[in-house]
Amino acid sequence: MLEVASVSKSYATALGPLAVLDGVTLDLWPGRSLALTGESGSGKSTLLHLIAGLDAVDAGRIRVGGAEVTAMGDAGRSALRREAIGLVFQQFNLIPSLDVAANLAFQARLAGRHDPDWLAVLTRRLGLGDLLARYPEALSGGQQQRVAIARALAGRPGLILADEPTGNLDEATGDAVLDLMLELVAASGASLLMVTHSTRLAARLDAQAVLRQGRIAR
Amino acid sequence: MRAWTTLRALMGHWRRHPVECLTLLAGLAVATALWSGVQALNAEARASYARSAALLGTGTLASVVAEDGGRFAREDFVALRLLGWPVTPLLDGRLTRDGESLRIIGIDPITLPASASALRIGEGDERLTDFLLPPHLALAAPETLARLGAPSDLPPLAASETLPPDTLVVDIGVAERLLDAEGRVSRLLLPPERAGEPLPAPLAARLRVLPEDAESDLDRLTASFHLNLAAFGFLAFVVGLFIVYSAIGLAFEQRKPMIRTLRACGVSARLLTGVMLAETVGFALAGGALGIVAGYGIAAALLPDVAASLEGLYGATLPGRLSLDPAWWLAGMALCLAGALAAAGGSLWRAARLPVLAPAQPQAWLADQRRGMRHQLAAAALIAAGSLVALAFGSGLAAGFAVLGGLLVSAALALPALLASALAAGHRRARRPVAEWAWADGRQQLSGLSLALMALLLALAVNLGVGTMVESFRRTFVAYLDQRLVSDLYVTGQDSAQARDIAAWAAARPGVAAVLPIWRAESRFRDWPLEIYGFADHATYRDNWPLVAALPDAWDRVAGGAAVLVSEQMARRFGLAPGDRLTLPTPAGGWEVELAAIHRDFGNPVGQVMVASDAFARHWPEGDRRRMGLRVAPGAVPGLAAALAARFGLGEEQIVDQRGRKEFSLRIFEKTFAITIALNALTLLVAGVALLTSLLTLADLRLVQLAPLWALGLTRAQLAWLEMGKMLGLAALTACAALPLGLAVAWVLTAVVNVRAFGWRLPVEFLPGQWGTLFALALLCAFVAALWPIWRLRRASPLTLLQSFSNER
Amino acid sequence: MNAKVFLFAVFFPAMVFAQGYAGLGGEAEGYRPVTRPASLAFPRDHGPHPGFRIEWWYLTANLSDADGKDFGIQWTLFRIPLSPAPEAPEWQSNQIWMGHAALTDADEHRYSETFARGGIGTAGVQLAPFRAWIDDWRMAALPGPGDALAEIALTAGGERFAYDLHASASLPPVPQGEEGYSLKTPGGAASYYYSQPFYAVEGSLELDGRRIAVTGQAWLDREWSSQPLRPDDAGWDWFSLHLATGEKVMAYRFRKTDGSASLAGTWIDAGGRPSPLGDSEIAITERTRSTVAGRAIPTAWHVEIPSRGFAVDTEPLNPQSWMGTTFAYWEGPIRFGGSHDGRGYLEMTGYE
Repeated sequence: MLEVASVSKSYATALGPLAVLDGVTLDLWPGRSLALTGESGSGKSTLLHLIAGLDAVDAGRIRVGGAEVTAMGDAGRSALRREAIGLVFQQFNLIPSLDVAANLAFQARLAGRHDPDWLAVLTRRLGLGDLLARYPEALSGGQQQRVAIARALAGRPGLILADEPTGNLDEATGDAVLDLMLELVAASGASLLMVTHSTRLAARLDAQAVLRQGRIAR
Repeated sequence: MRAWTTLRALMGHWRRHPVECLTLLAGLAVATALWSGVQALNAEARASYARSAALLGTGTLASVVAEDGGRFAREDFVALRLLGWPVTPLLDGRLTRDGESLRIIGIDPITLPASASALRIGEGDERLTDFLLPPHLALAAPETLARLGAPSDLPPLAASETLPPDTLVVDIGVAERLLDAEGRVSRLLLPPERAGEPLPAPLAARLRVLPEDAESDLDRLTASFHLNLAAFGFLAFVVGLFIVYSAIGLAFEQRKPMIRTLRACGVSARLLTGVMLAETVGFALAGGALGIVAGYGIAAALLPDVAASLEGLYGATLPGRLSLDPAWWLAGMALCLAGALAAAGGSLWRAARLPVLAPAQPQAWLADQRRGMRHQLAAAALIAAGSLVALAFGSGLAAGFAVLGGLLVSAALALPALLASALAAGHRRARRPVAEWAWADGRQQLSGLSLALMALLLALAVNLGVGTMVESFRRTFVAYLDQRLVSDLYVTGQDSAQARDIAAWAAARPGVAAVLPIWRAESRFRDWPLEIYGFADHATYRDNWPLVAALPDAWDRVAGGAAVLVSEQMARRFGLAPGDRLTLPTPAGGWEVELAAIHRDFGNPVGQVMVASDAFARHWPEGDRRRMGLRVAPGAVPGLAAALAARFGLGEEQIVDQRGRKEFSLRIFEKTFAITIALNALTLLVAGVALLTSLLTLADLRLVQLAPLWALGLTRAQLAWLEMGKMLGLAALTACAALPLGLAVAWVLTAVVNVRAFGWRLPVEFLPGQWGTLFALALLCAFVAALWPIWRLRRASPLTLLQSFSNER
Repeated sequence: MNAKVFLFAVFFPAMVFAQGYAGLGGEAEGYRPVTRPASLAFPRDHGPHPGFRIEWWYLTANLSDADGKDFGIQWTLFRIPLSPAPEAPEWQSNQIWMGHAALTDADEHRYSETFARGGIGTAGVQLAPFRAWIDDWRMAALPGPGDALAEIALTAGGERFAYDLHASASLPPVPQGEEGYSLKTPGGAASYYYSQPFYAVEGSLELDGRRIAVTGQAWLDREWSSQPLRPDDAGWDWFSLHLATGEKVMAYRFRKTDGSASLAGTWIDAGGRPSPLGDSEIAITERTRSTVAGRAIPTAWHVEIPSRGFAVDTEPLNPQSWMGTTFAYWEGPIRFGGSHDGRGYLEMTGYE
């Protein structure tokens, strides 16, 4: 489902180029889940952004569902995100001007895969029924996170990319949300790549990889 | 020290956001510039009128004038002096030479009191003897002096700095000769403390005392013109403040976290408010200074047009350059400061009361927006009601402008609610997710853009209203000129005797269908300047003359000599209607006549009465009887003009054909509205700038709104187009709202303001072509304003977009 | 104002109008000279003398009301041509007229000033019947026997004062100097000069709207000249005195800028016969100065004419008798006592 081969990425800083990723290679099979851990600044989020096509690699190759992300232009990458990828970021990525119901359905409708029954399941399971008419501003962090998860899954994308999805939740709530997410990912048949700094959470996924100084350490 | 540190921390914001800093300065500068520019023009004109009044002493001295406002016998002056009245005589008038009109003021320096300072020749000055003895001296402003050279038909000229242009001050004996007014005086000046005494019996019948008057005739006549200018200046000021308000408001929102941090670090609310106040004052001073310089530039650029229209309309002369006193500069700065503080007031208040900790649950924007709109709608309703009250019960020009202002402000306040409901309706009808988002996003964006859109609405509506009025007026005026200028050739004789000869000669010429006298006298009617025209009953008038209202056999009554025609503005001013009887002051006393009809007299600031020539000759034996109009067979005009010039030695100014008169009248017309149109365009420009600055200041916030969509798979190009579409849509909606508002403004201008300002009413013509132009202009304005922020969005690097995720939360 | 300008202003106001036109101390271009003999003739010489540069009709009166309270009044009309040319009609006239009027009592000195152009009728002097007027001020002859000015009516006024008087003289006018030729300084300026010092006056004053009946004596001076003063002329102190004996005295001291002075005068007996007094026959010395309009002005004097056994001290009715007119000077009623008692008027010019 996902192939990352020898990907390097550096950013220009005031002190010269800073290498964030240095020849990262990993694979993720359909229906599988992989936890990516590492210290702060190890390049976890950057790798996730590159896979989502939000940023371009310096070197290397990334394929999602057989399509080569690294060979695409802006339009192709946008289409890929729209149709093949669900994003769950630690910092919200809800649309402030739409209410919860519209936010939930937005990406699925963009991708032309709006399935009201599936959305109803997600809404029920994630306990969002009472929030549908609210706007993101009026939600708590946990509520926003649950909306983001539901939205990512609503279009049944092949790949879910999650960046610290439970980062701003307390441990018990975080565990509950994670359980729910894993269950729903499994139910939708998608692959999951999750970035986390918690080895405890990472252990609950099918496989784990550790990033250290821009390389996969294990 | 703490204050300085705090200020530095706050100022850091502007270093990081130079565009916002420039926006704020530009808003302040623009608001100040137009207002102070207009004020400079008005001040210059008023100073010129004041000089004029001081010249005649009427500002500080009372006057004795003839009942009919005309000249009277010098013996009356002598009689008053011999009765101990400390009066001094004045003889003024216009002298036309080489096509130029010079104002001649004749004085008696020996009896002139010190308070008529502008006319002082200087005590102990040798010039006094030269002034009084042949060949005499004529005093003139240096520029007039330079222009006139050393003409042989005038006394030797000497410079006097206090005089207005094109004015000669001469001994009254010289003025008698130059103005052909032997033994006559125009008025007598009297110390104000004597103004209360009744005039002695024989004189009281034909003379009366006018109290000293800080306001001259020119002041009164031009008041509406200046109010017009001031209204535009104020509109521009308000529109400029919109920019300032939004820039300051945005800076506050952006600096909220910093303000919280500063407060958390121990900066007291008082210190913080003080520092922000100082910051505002600093901006106001800088922006105000820029604005005043720009205002001076605007005033200097507009001065020639203003001077031309004032001269054309009212015969008021303005000097060719601006001379501003420090009070003007200070007033401009003070206004800018007041505006900045008003615009910053809300932010300062909120900064002072901002809790150190951010609330856990921010208010939902929609609820916030709805509450704001409810308040605005309530205010709009209140102001609209007030405006209606002013319309129903107010009188005078100021009330007219109050109606206009109320209409505009209430419409502007109601605009966001109107747009919000339009967007909500669109949102409901949207079926596709991106469209749905675009409508929803438009609704949310409205809060940030509504001020700029209100400014756009005002500018568009006023443009539309003024454009409609000017164009309606132009069409009416052209038709009116065709009716009024019925003679083919207008001839002015050297004097009455020559005019008689010309008339006799012309009447005998083949091809001359009619010789129509155009005799003229000046008077006053209930203290309002009045001109009386003597005309001959002729089919020309019966067929063409533009009448507003008339008795059935009006022309016969007027021809009979017992009835008159009265101009529309005079009828409106004094509430006269056909059939009324009125008493006209004549040199021999009151003359009671019937008002037979009311005629149109566009552009004339003074009242006008038309009487049959026989009656004119009877009642105004000393009136000007030099002019006449000739009806001539087509094609015969040039030949006749040449023959007249050759036979009677008439100059170019004395023989004017119809086309020349029309061109002259239209030229004055164009000049009059040149200012209005220029200010109009500037107002629209300011609204465009307001829109641009709003968009620029919002651009950073927009990234936060747009980044999630980009992350969800919309390309930057798509987003840019959506943004542009939304802007154009909002501008188009605003323009749609501006159309009915503009027509309402046109109605108020023509049916209320114009009637009150000038005394005539225009038919309003609807001009869809103009609407289309303005609609396009609104879109263009929005397009240009949106171009730069959208271009920035398209070019935004992914990193910037990604950062917007992490920076803002 | 410097002394010279001041002096010229008072004596020849036209000089101020025409400064630079006629140079300081220069000749009287085009004006008629003052020559011997004077050959005065009446009523002709009561009227104006065109061609002369300055001329005045100058009347002062010492008055008392029923309670014995003293008043003084002044009525003056100056004729000041702008050029020696004959007068043209109407506004073309080259004549300027200046009037001064004053009413003095012990508490207040009230005065008024007015100007007029000739030619149009607001001011002038005519003979037959005699009438001198400016605005509503008049000195007009009343029908009667004797000299044309034997009976005159006099009115003038200003802010918060007016007077309306009738004056009659039983004796003819009295020529001053040599039969009317009056030399101001040895070898210097001269004028034609005669007086009528024998007027008995009755009439009424109006002060702040209050009417007061008065009687008293008046003195009319008539003088015309063309010769300007010299640059070293500083001013004069001039006395007109009504002696209780019925005799009249005119005496003046003409001051130079170097401090020297020349004196002259006339002793007029009760029958109206004048005897000129030369420089050595008179002594005029100041006794006290008062601060008037910011200047120290000698308001009390000692006047002596030894040949007549005349030695008196004068006291002003009101030391503040300042004429703050365009060309300012001191002019006010006085009383005197010593060898003789009486009342009179004092005029002083040229004090800084």
